[in-house]
Amino acid sequence: MDLATLLPFIVNVIVGGLVLGFVYAIIALGYTMVYGVLQLINFAHSEVFVTGAIVGYEVFRVLAPNPMNGYLKLLLALLAAMTVSGVLNVLIERLAYRPLRNAPRLVPLITAIGVSLILQDVLRVIEGFQGRFDLTYILPESFGTRFCAAQSSCAALGNVLRTIGIDLQVKDVILIVVALLSLGGLNYLVNRTRLGKAIRAVAQDRVTAGLMGIDADRMISMTFLIGGALGGISGVLFGLKVGTVNAYSGFDPGIVAFTAAVLGGIGSIPGAVLGGLVLGVIQNLIGVTNIFGQILGSANLQAIDASYQRIGAFLVLVLILIFKPTGLLGKSNVEKV
Amino acid sequence: MTAGNPTLPRRAAPAPDRTWMLVLIFLVTSALLLVSHNNDLLGNLGGLGTVLHNPIVEAVVVSLFLANVLFAYLWRAAPWAKALVGLGSLLLVLPWAGQEDTSLLDLSIQIMIFAALALGLNIVVGLAGLLDLGYVAFFAVGAYTWGIFASPRFSEVLRYYGQNPGATNAGTLALGLFLTAVTAASMIAIRRRVARPTRASTWSFALASLGLVVGLILTGRALLVLNAFRAQGLATGLDANFFWLFLALSVLAAAVVGVLIGLPVLRLKGDYLAIITLGLGEVIRVLANNLGLYTAGSQGITPIKSAAVPWFDRLAGALGFQPDQYYLLFLYVVVLVMIALILTVNIRLDRSRIGRAWIAIRDDEVAAQAMGVPLVQTKLIAFATGASFAGAMGMIFAAKQTFISPESFNLFQSIGVLSMVILGGMGSFPGVILGAAVVTLLNLRILPGLGEATANIPWIPQQVNPGQLQRLVFGVILVASMLLRPEGLLPNRRRTLELHQDEDQEDDSVLGHGPALTAAGGSDVYSPGLAPEKEDERAGGVQ
Repeated sequence: MDLATLLPFIVNVIVGGLVLGFVYAIIALGYTMVYGVLQLINFAHSEVFVTGAIVGYEVFRVLAPNPMNGYLKLLLALLAAMTVSGVLNVLIERLAYRPLRNAPRLVPLITAIGVSLILQDVLRVIEGFQGRFDLTYILPESFGTRFCAAQSSCAALGNVLRTIGIDLQVKDVILIVVALLSLGGLNYLVNRTRLGKAIRAVAQDRVTAGLMGIDADRMISMTFLIGGALGGISGVLFGLKVGTVNAYSGFDPGIVAFTAAVLGGIGSIPGAVLGGLVLGVIQNLIGVTNIFGQILGSANLQAIDASYQRIGAFLVLVLILIFKPTGLLGKSNVEKV
Repeated sequence: MTAGNPTLPRRAAPAPDRTWMLVLIFLVTSALLLVSHNNDLLGNLGGLGTVLHNPIVEAVVVSLFLANVLFAYLWRAAPWAKALVGLGSLLLVLPWAGQEDTSLLDLSIQIMIFAALALGLNIVVGLAGLLDLGYVAFFAVGAYTWGIFASPRFSEVLRYYGQNPGATNAGTLALGLFLTAVTAASMIAIRRRVARPTRASTWSFALASLGLVVGLILTGRALLVLNAFRAQGLATGLDANFFWLFLALSVLAAAVVGVLIGLPVLRLKGDYLAIITLGLGEVIRVLANNLGLYTAGSQGITPIKSAAVPWFDRLAGALGFQPDQYYLLFLYVVVLVMIALILTVNIRLDRSRIGRAWIAIRDDEVAAQAMGVPLVQTKLIAFATGASFAGAMGMIFAAKQTFISPESFNLFQSIGVLSMVILGGMGSFPGVILGAAVVTLLNLRILPGLGEATANIPWIPQQVNPGQLQRLVFGVILVASMLLRPEGLLPNRRRTLELHQDEDQEDDSVLGHGPALTAAGGSDVYSPGLAPEKEDERAGGVQ
């Protein structure tokens, strides 16, 4: 394969990886926010995210016969998913984590695992009553078409993209836009508002924040609400990207997203985004390693299959953590004795 | 299974003597167990037999019977009664009942395998405080060490190397041995010579260890090629007498893997360590899934041999067991001995210098280091010890199942073992064993029993059949037990003290704040303007 065909291919793989990476990044934010405030690996977040994906599926399914604008449907799906996932996350915190606020750290970790198991079965039962298991997203047709193919207004942009060799679907662009919007929103919320300030104060030192008149419990609830809402958004985006979800499909992206959060430095919001993007690109690259086999003319490399994607993610994580034990953007905290 | 009175471990006054009660309960539950697992007898009992044959009742009977051993441990009773109940249940009644119903033996072996795993993980998590989410990887290493060599896989591997010999064999063998010897010697030399590691010494050490790995691989490959002509003769794997050698080997292999995984990641703390170990556990599973030549991929390896012990088989035959039950009874005894051994090792370690070093690291790493505890070395010993138990148990698991596949070693298993440790009580050996027994019974007997019993009840829809809801029930039990007894069922005494020390403060912070602020803040919480309002009020109140 010569360079002229190879280069666009690699560009596409990287762009595809970035699209996937945005989904991971937003899931990772859910982990990293909870971790930042409570120092807890919220294993239940993968199920919160799947709940969002399933709510999104239901909205699209109910609205499918409706001749409504596709973007409006997406907006409704996002809103519904955000609400349900956010409220669910707050409930989980109330019932499973708050009573254990002062217990050793492994104890809430186990309840998180327990909650995640409970939610998996609850979701399966709820969908199972309608006789559904694998939920295939019913998306508006326009979402599957090529970005900037027909509209005259952006035909020029489409030409440019095609010259470079980037081939995007409309849903990929939607995904990136929604992801960027939610990242911007979160950034504004955390860095520019009083609420964000209070959350950061609680994350830094719960007791002192309490002395300053901040209700730590309420701020933790708000963090879970925001994290859950982000989980809902990422669930819908995941459904948009992957197409099919079921009650158990949170595990894999959940693990990858948590890896992303750790990779970027857990507790750091830009870190989570960076980690998600890096892992998305790496996974996509590993997924198509066949192409390298073709370049090198070796048949052996073709044996690499999708299950190595996760290994690749973890090996990258190990390598980075060996050289930078607090992740890419994590702050090393000096321990005082 | 009863958890026992919560005040028991902390009681001050001596408890009443319950010798006769213990013996009585032992006799009753033993009789129940023996009757309920004897099909001929049940058939003659009519209505009572049907009740006893009910899967729920069976599960309850088994649980009650196993609770005997727990009571023997917990209650104050004459030593002869304790010995009678403990030894009688495990050595006499269980095998006797297992003779009629092999699944009982299978279940007890499974419980003990998990108990040993939990004891191993307890060292890593409970004593040394290193959160390991990939513990099942070591289990897999042990299982595959025996599984590959004691099954038809081995001849496939030899045949492959016979067809693809690579280089000249004798030459490769010599090169490999030479490389191994030289690099090992230089590693030892570097360790001896350099008192304080410098950059150069660290790198040359790393280079030497890389050379060692290459040498070992070359040697292994050459040995396989040289032995390729034996492929025909080894159609069913190695001779079963190698079991004992491989028991040692799998302990060693798992310990080595533990050190290898531990070395690069032990600089990390807490959750970083957790996610890395989780990842490495997954790596081992994916490797098992993809190294088709050695592990047969997702199909799994079968059949795997057990040990050949003719005198034990004769003994089992004399006791009235069927030939196809011999190996289960044998493994039962082996596991029982292993558990006793592991428990002894654990108790000795706990009271040793190493054990105190682990606890010191768990409680405060910096302080421990300051007091002269070598951090990396101590943590590595914890990793390797925990891993070696898992290796041995993995091998016994492979021999019991006669089949292993990557699916037996997924993350869910690691989490299961971790939940046994925490449910039972971190750092407490009897607690951990109890946790393993409870979780295993729940997963293998009680929940499936419930599902079976309710499968044909028309008003319970198929979707909410308890047999289908195992994850849910298990999750509810995990959450409930953590909320109600965060220190575990049979807590370690020290840990209980730590946990209950600041209970009053917790109450203050949870209950004291909420209502006051709701009254002050109203529904406006989301608005950025609220915070100063609150602050002003507070400040005003103080002034």
